[in-house]
Amino acid sequence: MLDFPRWKKIWLWFVTLAFAAASLPSLVSVSGGTWPSFLPDPTVNLGLDLAGGSHILLEADPSQVAQQRLESMEEAVRGALRKAEPRIRIGDLSSRDGRLSFMVEDASQVDAAREALLPLTTGAGLTGQRDWRIEVVDGQRFVLTPTQAGLNQAVTDAMDSATEVVRKRIDALGTREPTIIRQGDDRIVVQVPGLQDPKQLKDLLGQTAKLEFKLVDTSALPSDIAQGIAPPGSEIVPYAETSPGQPTQIAVKRLGGIKGDNLTNAQQSFDSQNNEPVVSITFNQQGGAKFAKLTTENVNRPFAIILDGKVLSAPNINEPILGGSAQISGNFTVDSANQLAISLRSGALPVDLKVIEERTVGPDLGADSIQKGLIALGVGALAVLVLMAVSYGRFGLYADAALVLNVLMLLGIMAIANTTLTLPGIAGFVLTIGAAVDANVLINERIREERKRGRRVVAAVENGYREASRAIFDANITNVIAAVLLFLFGSGPVRGFAVVLMIGIVTSVFTAVTITRMWVAGWLRKARPHDINI
Amino acid sequence: MRLLKLVPDNTNIKFLRWRIPFYVISCLLIAASWALVLTKGLNFGVDFVGGQMIRATFVQDTEAPVSELRKEIGKLGYGEPVIQRFGAPNEVSVRMRLPEGAAQDPALSDTMTRNVVSTIRAAHEGVRIDGVDSVSGKVSGELFSTARWSLFFAMIAISIYIWIRFEWQFGVGALFALVHDVSLTLGLFALFQLEFDLNIVAAILTIIGYSLNDTIVVYDRIRENLKKYRKMPMPELLDLSVNETLARTVMTSLTLVVVLVALLLLGPQSLFGFTAAITLGIFVGTYSSIYMAAPILIWLGVTPASFVPNESGSERQEKVARGEV
Repeated sequence: MLDFPRWKKIWLWFVTLAFAAASLPSLVSVSGGTWPSFLPDPTVNLGLDLAGGSHILLEADPSQVAQQRLESMEEAVRGALRKAEPRIRIGDLSSRDGRLSFMVEDASQVDAAREALLPLTTGAGLTGQRDWRIEVVDGQRFVLTPTQAGLNQAVTDAMDSATEVVRKRIDALGTREPTIIRQGDDRIVVQVPGLQDPKQLKDLLGQTAKLEFKLVDTSALPSDIAQGIAPPGSEIVPYAETSPGQPTQIAVKRLGGIKGDNLTNAQQSFDSQNNEPVVSITFNQQGGAKFAKLTTENVNRPFAIILDGKVLSAPNINEPILGGSAQISGNFTVDSANQLAISLRSGALPVDLKVIEERTVGPDLGADSIQKGLIALGVGALAVLVLMAVSYGRFGLYADAALVLNVLMLLGIMAIANTTLTLPGIAGFVLTIGAAVDANVLINERIREERKRGRRVVAAVENGYREASRAIFDANITNVIAAVLLFLFGSGPVRGFAVVLMIGIVTSVFTAVTITRMWVAGWLRKARPHDINI
Repeated sequence: MRLLKLVPDNTNIKFLRWRIPFYVISCLLIAASWALVLTKGLNFGVDFVGGQMIRATFVQDTEAPVSELRKEIGKLGYGEPVIQRFGAPNEVSVRMRLPEGAAQDPALSDTMTRNVVSTIRAAHEGVRIDGVDSVSGKVSGELFSTARWSLFFAMIAISIYIWIRFEWQFGVGALFALVHDVSLTLGLFALFQLEFDLNIVAAILTIIGYSLNDTIVVYDRIRENLKKYRKMPMPELLDLSVNETLARTVMTSLTLVVVLVALLLLGPQSLFGFTAAITLGIFVGTYSSIYMAAPILIWLGVTPASFVPNESGSERQEKVARGEV
């Protein structure tokens, strides 16, 4: 137990000092100094509860993705069968219960229809399953059902691109170092340090920015529209903003409109006539051509500009718009126009995102917490150091030195692993000190006991370490179990606590048991004491 | 230099003489705690019931105007707010339910935050808004269920570990001690209506960890003594084990309490509830490892014979050679 070959000593010292040294950049930055820039500078991150900032948890609704898939499938089916040679006529098309079903009018075309539909489905996932299942029932009726693998794939794709869109939008705000992480199947966590008022951010992320241009159905009767009844082939859409005496809804044609996702640019600008804030958009080539066609074919008819299912405005098409750019007006302020421009530039979110959790911490509270936490840590540690020294003499001093190394190593490993220190993490830090001390108390009490039973010095120390190690080992394993469960089940700050606890358990056993044993062994070898004061 | 000894040498306190009355008292306390939790309920924070919490410091005042705040915010029509001081007397947390329909339209809860904050700001000068937490019912439900499961799994996993390392009776004893610790902590939170949030779950898991620490040290010594003194009656052997580890128990608890008291008095206010819970847990945990975990071994029928099959041949030969068997 007390035999330490030279290579082992060198190795132990190397590990200890290397990790302890890694804590220096963090310590220097806390005390207000500057760390030389030519040296590596791992530092401990401060959690939002310490540094201040906003944490926002966004959630998507997977059923919305399913609905959108169904709609685009409907369009694809119509297109594919129309283009088939010869054309395949269908009827009684419905998309209820998440399934698409329709009749092929000519029974002899069923096989041709199947041929035409097959390319619309693709493989999904690793199982080789396709994303839609095509069935023919009663001879002429096709039923297209989305498979689970296909749905999962669609949700994953939607969330991936939603995360990208969120990132682009936050970058456009110019905030520093945001963290954007996918969580689970349908969630995104956004953390922005230093952000005090998350309203702007939330507004930006809450806007799906799905822009559509649809023709207004002028044949609809105002009384029908007010009751929410749309003529066949049209739908009722509410206005984004209403004023008394004006209609609150409008009827637009379901088909024949265009989507605003083919944009190359969007900028906030001012209307040249009334100087009101507007958003100027520029289509790409494909979008520009579609827009030109729409406006050419419908001169002198009104069309509705629809954002996220609400009509911004419904201007008249006075002349064909051929240049590939357009202006969106709709009671904007400079800020809201700017926001819409950012949203349009970053692309529409493939799915609506809802804020389901939000936590914001002011900067004063955090700074206050760090300072007070450090003072408490200092005072508590000092008291423990004194208590150990007066209780166990030389052995207490060894334990004290190990304790200081333990704190430095813990900080150093946290810095290297780039972990985050949270408020409960500070408490975890303090508790680690307690646990480290417990190991030394166990050992020293055991040595005392062995001496009392009349064992010689070396045998007593050896027995003390051996017998105490068993309990130390078991006790720390149970703590690891608790810490791991905290990490698995906890969230945010609690996880920070668990991380400190886990690293702390390892470093405290290392310093309190192995390092002190090395020092004690060295001293016994050199001094060869006949008696020890413990 | 004479060294400090908190516990004199060779103590022989008959801890287990009073085991039956203490057991009765402890079981009554556990029952009372659950009765409190079930009748009075825990004062759940927004983490577990959803809603909104605004923390504010009244920088210029020595004491936060709680009753005025309650009136002012109550007038806004979002229902009665729960206003509590936490930490310093001029710091408050204002908790409210999320307005109806907020699950569909998050803008509603934003408007509420704005209204409440501007009401507080308008009526009181020098108010610092320290934080806003807004947790939807869905998230709080998930946090609640994961918190419950993490406590449950921690207790089961730890007991299984002890069962593997010792004997099944020790696993049961440790589990019983843990149930005791967790119940009493929950009971205290119900009694004083302290806010119960995610951090408190972390605190309880910490208590579990450290209570176990104590229990294992005592159990380790019991195991050692069971092998050493094969003829000693169980109550006596348990007393001996507890006495032998008493110096360590006192010293470790003291150092932990010293650090925790420093954190209570000097540390950040927002950690007060968290630290208080752990401090209480240290006392409850130390008590339970002596009075809950140890005596149950007698009733579960642990005898020196329990460890015979576990002893390896060489260990046994060693003992025979030393004349201990």
